[in-house]
Amino acid sequence: MTANKPTVVVAMSGGVDSSVAAALLVEQGYNVIGMMMRLWSEETAPGLTGHNRCCTPEQLNDARRVADMLDIPFYVLDTRDVFRNKIVQFFIDQHAEGLTPNPCLACNMHIRFDWLLNNALALGADYLATGHYARITQSADGLFELRKGHSLEKDQSYVLSVMTQEQLRHTMFPLGEYIKPQVREMAAKFGLPVASKHDSQDLCFLGDGDYRRFLREHGPVDLFVVGPILNRQGEQLGTHDGLPNYTIGQRKGLGITGSGEPLYVLDLDRQRNAVIVGTREELGRDTLIAGRVNWIAGTTPDGAMRAEVKIRYKAKPALASLEPLSEGQVKVIFDEPLRDITPGQGAVFYADDLCLGGGLIQRVERSESIVIS
Amino acid sequence: MPDRFIYLDHSATTPVDERVIAAMTPYFAEVYGNPASVHRFGRSAEKALENSREMIAKVLNCRPHEMVFTSGGSEGDNLALRGVAYAAKKQGKGTHLITSPLEHNAVGRTMQQLEDVFGLPTTFLQPDHTGNITPEMLRAAMRDDTVLVSLMLANNEIGTILPVAELARVAHEKGAYFHTDAVQAAGQLDLDVQKLGVDLLSISAHKFYGPKGVGALYVRDGTPLMPAQTGGSHEEGRRSGTHNVPLIVGMATALEIAYAEHDQWIPQFIALRDHLIDGVLTTIPDVELTGDRRNRLPSHASFVFKHVHGNTLLMHLDMKGIAASSGSACKTGNPEPSEVLLALGYDREWAMGGLRLTVGRRTTHADIDDVLEVLPKVIEGVRRFSLASA
Repeated sequence: MTANKPTVVVAMSGGVDSSVAAALLVEQGYNVIGMMMRLWSEETAPGLTGHNRCCTPEQLNDARRVADMLDIPFYVLDTRDVFRNKIVQFFIDQHAEGLTPNPCLACNMHIRFDWLLNNALALGADYLATGHYARITQSADGLFELRKGHSLEKDQSYVLSVMTQEQLRHTMFPLGEYIKPQVREMAAKFGLPVASKHDSQDLCFLGDGDYRRFLREHGPVDLFVVGPILNRQGEQLGTHDGLPNYTIGQRKGLGITGSGEPLYVLDLDRQRNAVIVGTREELGRDTLIAGRVNWIAGTTPDGAMRAEVKIRYKAKPALASLEPLSEGQVKVIFDEPLRDITPGQGAVFYADDLCLGGGLIQRVERSESIVIS
Repeated sequence: MPDRFIYLDHSATTPVDERVIAAMTPYFAEVYGNPASVHRFGRSAEKALENSREMIAKVLNCRPHEMVFTSGGSEGDNLALRGVAYAAKKQGKGTHLITSPLEHNAVGRTMQQLEDVFGLPTTFLQPDHTGNITPEMLRAAMRDDTVLVSLMLANNEIGTILPVAELARVAHEKGAYFHTDAVQAAGQLDLDVQKLGVDLLSISAHKFYGPKGVGALYVRDGTPLMPAQTGGSHEEGRRSGTHNVPLIVGMATALEIAYAEHDQWIPQFIALRDHLIDGVLTTIPDVELTGDRRNRLPSHASFVFKHVHGNTLLMHLDMKGIAASSGSACKTGNPEPSEVLLALGYDREWAMGGLRLTVGRRTTHADIDDVLEVLPKVIEGVRRFSLASA
């Protein structure tokens, strides 16, 4: 460690990515501090403390072992209450509104680059680093820019699209220039005992990964109420056993027989507690309204613009026109209709590898006479 | 990166004294025999073992064979509690146990298991706010079938010293045996078992500048004790397992030094401790000393801070080069309020914010000055942050 280099807190998970990120920073001469968040998890059995799948005792030991090998301080922070209040509750509330949330977006907004970053800064650190595959650059006029990681298949800029200028100013992504095989090679080169770990979990707080069971046990009592399955003309074709059991684009498990053509879930109508179904042709949507939009540059564009838009973490970017509306909303009109635009997920905007920002999908609309191939 | 490091966690462990290392060294590779062996190699190891036993017995003012060597404080506590309780159960005698919620987990959890799994009724006494337990409190809890009382000589978390001699007398009035966990007290307080009047007393070497992994349990002659670990009947059948001769030699040497130099170190500890306590109480708002102000372990200062989490505090102090500990901290990120502080009547808001600073032989006045310089700023920073993010 050297006195004149900045101090960086690395968010460690025991996995290969954050471990290599920490090792790279140490190699580059930063004063590095390892931190791991102990997140909330449901109890695995009555009275037994559950372990969030992002921070099991084994992962905790792995992270501590890596920190010991790198000879850096390592602290585990109790993040259970704030995670329960801000992420798990958000997850439940969104489902209660008929939305399908992405908790990772919320976690990066409220936990990682807010609570944890502030903890790091309060400890005297200059930066928070994570093992995300994304890059931060600076424009000629000094603005911080979020870009896709060089490893496009691993790119995680989607879940980072919530970040602000102030957060980016204090953040480092040491893996942004690398692809996963290189990271594994570096893990071996650094002698880190993590070379074969699997990636982190999306719904990390679920004991068993079954979010429907979780919602049934932890959500409001009226979350799973039996209701009608309707077509777009309002005719009842069957009954459903609770909206959270269905996702947009779903075909199997609707329990409707004899209608001839296969039917898909088009929409979850919370107000009528109805699942709306239709044919494959009816599935396409070309317009969405995103709300609470974060523009990473810090300012909303003056007028309409062209961009590529991702409607979920693993979606392919799709060309669209963006129209900023009032109150942080943006109307997104896709050149080609998409089949599975899901309210609650993020809509994230790109110009090539530059992430412009994004918002949460609030509504999906459909121009008439569109045809999906 | 701090330019100096200040170790104020001597209640957790101490460095091994150079003289202790020197005394131990021959017993690894030169005098390496098994003390149970008949031959000359065994005999020379046995000689060292029994010399050590005598050295320790001298400090405790007991007969050498009343000392049982163990692997440390937790084993000594376990053997004392299980040994007496199992023996009483086997003899069909009373099996009521008494302890307090302030005990180290080696006693508390063992008692809990004896109750939950083995069905031995256990009473947990309610101490006063400073952690004191009076003879009257104990007398009120004594029953005709009480077989064992276990109350510690000095508390690890809050430093309070209990009136063990009087408490042991109360236990004996009803014919019960008395065990004291003297792990924190050893090296600092008088361990004369005749004055203390106890039947069992456990110590651990690494708390008094000896090596880790070795301890001793005093068992007064005539105290029924069923072994908790059976095997080749070492230690008169009370604790089986080949003796770790070098560590036992180290423990005996360390204990002898601690009491030979008692008058040199203890006044120094007390002066450092009081400087620290006075400084903290006068410079930091919303703080309380935990435990008793005067009747406390010479090396021990402990506090609670409102709106401060022990875990966060330790992390910030570590970054400033100060090593401390907290009854509500843990390394796995799921701190719970200190059970000791809750038992003393502190509410959750305070009980998360315990801090223990314990001085040692290498601690200087300048170290304490540094801590008094750093701690108020750290507390202020942590409070500002925790209120902002609440």
